Amino acid sequence: MTIQGWFLIIAFTGILLALTKPVGMWLHALYEGRRTPLHVVLGPVERGFYKLSGIDPNAEQGWRRYALHMLLFNVALLILTYAVLRLQGVLPGNPQGLAGLSPDLAFNTAVSFTTNTNWQSYGGEATMSNLSQMLGLTIHNFLSAATGIALAFALFRGFARRSVATIGNFWADVTRVTLYLLLPLCIVYALFLVASGVPQTMAGVVDVQTLEGARQSILLGPVASQEAIKMLGTNGGGFFNANSAHPFENPTALVNLVQMLSIFLIGFGLTWTFGKAVGNTRQGWAILAAMVILFLASVSVSYWQEAAGNPILHQLGVAGGNMEGKEVRFGVAASALFSVVTTAASCGAVNAMHDSFTALGGLVPLFNMQLGEVVIGGVGAGIYGFLLFAILAVFVAGLMVGRTPEYVGKKIEAREVKLAVLAIAVLPLMILGLTALSSVLQQGLAGPLNKGPHGFSEILYAFTSAVANNGSAFAGLTANTPYYNGLLGVAMWVGRFFIIVPMLAIAGSLAAKKYTPESAGSFPTTGGLWVGLLVGIILVLGGLTFLPSLALGPIADHLSMIRGQLF
Amino acid sequence: MGTTMTRDLTSALRPAIVMTILFAALLGLAYPLAITGAAQMVFPAQANGSLVRDAGGRVIGSTVVGQAFASDRYFQTRPSAAGKGYDGLASSGSNLGPSARALSDRVTADVAKRRAEGVTGAVPADLVTASGSGLDPDLSPAAARAQIARVARVRGIDRASLDRMITQHVETSLFGDDHVNVLALNRALDQRARR
Repeated sequence: MTIQGWFLIIAFTGILLALTKPVGMWLHALYEGRRTPLHVVLGPVERGFYKLSGIDPNAEQGWRRYALHMLLFNVALLILTYAVLRLQGVLPGNPQGLAGLSPDLAFNTAVSFTTNTNWQSYGGEATMSNLSQMLGLTIHNFLSAATGIALAFALFRGFARRSVATIGNFWADVTRVTLYLLLPLCIVYALFLVASGVPQTMAGVVDVQTLEGARQSILLGPVASQEAIKMLGTNGGGFFNANSAHPFENPTALVNLVQMLSIFLIGFGLTWTFGKAVGNTRQGWAILAAMVILFLASVSVSYWQEAAGNPILHQLGVAGGNMEGKEVRFGVAASALFSVVTTAASCGAVNAMHDSFTALGGLVPLFNMQLGEVVIGGVGAGIYGFLLFAILAVFVAGLMVGRTPEYVGKKIEAREVKLAVLAIAVLPLMILGLTALSSVLQQGLAGPLNKGPHGFSEILYAFTSAVANNGSAFAGLTANTPYYNGLLGVAMWVGRFFIIVPMLAIAGSLAAKKYTPESAGSFPTTGGLWVGLLVGIILVLGGLTFLPSLALGPIADHLSMIRGQLF
Repeated sequence: MGTTMTRDLTSALRPAIVMTILFAALLGLAYPLAITGAAQMVFPAQANGSLVRDAGGRVIGSTVVGQAFASDRYFQTRPSAAGKGYDGLASSGSNLGPSARALSDRVTADVAKRRAEGVTGAVPADLVTASGSGLDPDLSPAAARAQIARVARVRGIDRASLDRMITQHVETSLFGDDHVNVLALNRALDQRARR
């Protein structure tokens, strides 16, 4: 580990803490539907969209209607992408002349991008035409992110409102977030990326005669426009197979820093927005404190392990940290940090191959996802996931002191706790169930590239990433088969919407409750004790559920690695 | 109840379908095309891949993307898992785990090759590991210096000049590791030979 490495980690965290309030304030304006300076330009677009679709943005929706409209919108988007991918061969914008995708791959990819997972069963450069990247994938990068933020707003309203039956209007939330936050930021961001060396063209392949006289084909395309929203919306689906390790997606260490910042930016801001929405910004800072503690702990383990390197290679006379699967311009620190950021959030972009991390360096991203990606988390999804844990935490605290638990002015009762447990239980049931199934079935065992415990880790990582809607991979796994495409597709869908629906039910149930002012008997949810309780609940739940599977995979892998045992 | 559900569903269909079409036009077409137009106008070199041309105008590479250098006359690039090596249409890492026999075998062979070229002491990690993309354009300064002996011998250039040349090509960043762009370094080698 180096001073420069730690400087990067500390500077990264510091910049985000400084941006939390301004971003949170902007989000709060959108949450309340207030006018922003951007309305001058984009206001007519917003009104035009409502008019053409017959939407009244002021019509308040109950949680069921909010959920129904959200689901139908997502299904319509899913169908659009499926159609674009299947028909790719006959559509324009296809300079490489690529054929349409197979039904299972098109299904998997459409689900993947709709659910903000962006798992890639395909290699970008040999599969996707420019039009597919734009019309099939880029729109989801915006709208799955906007959906996530809209859902977080709905839950915030559940906590903030008193004795009402409604939690906002889905269409107003999703349109405002897209038009006044994501789109303008992406325009600036994409141009910064182009200036730094990211291509943006409708052309395809350039033929190069290298200095040694060999032929090399280099693929160009509309990379920057997709890259910007890929990071900002915590999507993570790359233009190229190698994702943000590819020099065209992530050409310099400065771009790399900005990419990492943009993964976390909205997630940091939303904690402040939540505090403001419930009338006490300290509530937001307390949540952020718990998240940042978990984040820094993850980074420390990952950086330590990757900097220590692979003892098997050291035996062969190789010096230094683990560079297999890493790019020189980033080095160990920026790669380890990226791996933690991308899995703490539900981004899933990678700037280094997680499959080739040291055993414990690879355990950290896996465990981050298994915690439910509530350490900052995906845009919107992170904070609503975290608030489910907060409900459990006040419930546990209530059991300890023998009082009805309360959180930010709302009594937490049996219905909310049951729904929270229902949502949280999706993760272990799906991840462990599908991993177990694939570890015994022939079709499942055909997947892993690596042998021994690392092969098991590849399967476990795939289902963890799919259910948690992350999208990063231990990419040695051959996942582009009907078996994995189908099963991972189902896993992504369940992992997204089977958490969202109970979460919206909680929002509806909370909105209907009356305000309960804080009293001497209330458990304070702003101080250090509360932060410690949150961290404890998240670690205990995640740890107890997933430790056995981690022991079979990365921990066994680590023990082999330090003994020098090869597979 | 049943009719309410049906009515809700029908009333949600129009916004779902129309908004999908509108957003697809805005985000899937207008946004990327507008960015393309602006990029082509303001940053044409980068937008088209930061291509490098020789004196005759022929494209010989990109400053951003790595290309294979295997000959002894050049500073060699890292092992690559992109296709058969530095395939611009098949970016990929090896995805070999830390305890994979295939990784250990590959590194053993590459270390032996470097030893035969006269590299003593510890071998810089990046010189014998495959990058994440398989298109890494860079080497660490140490990995470039480890090749000085070979290049000096083949080209008949003294080692001190090569060392200076590497030092001139080191790029630093506050947020990443020091690195040397291999294409730029090797072009400098060729230009020196031509002088």
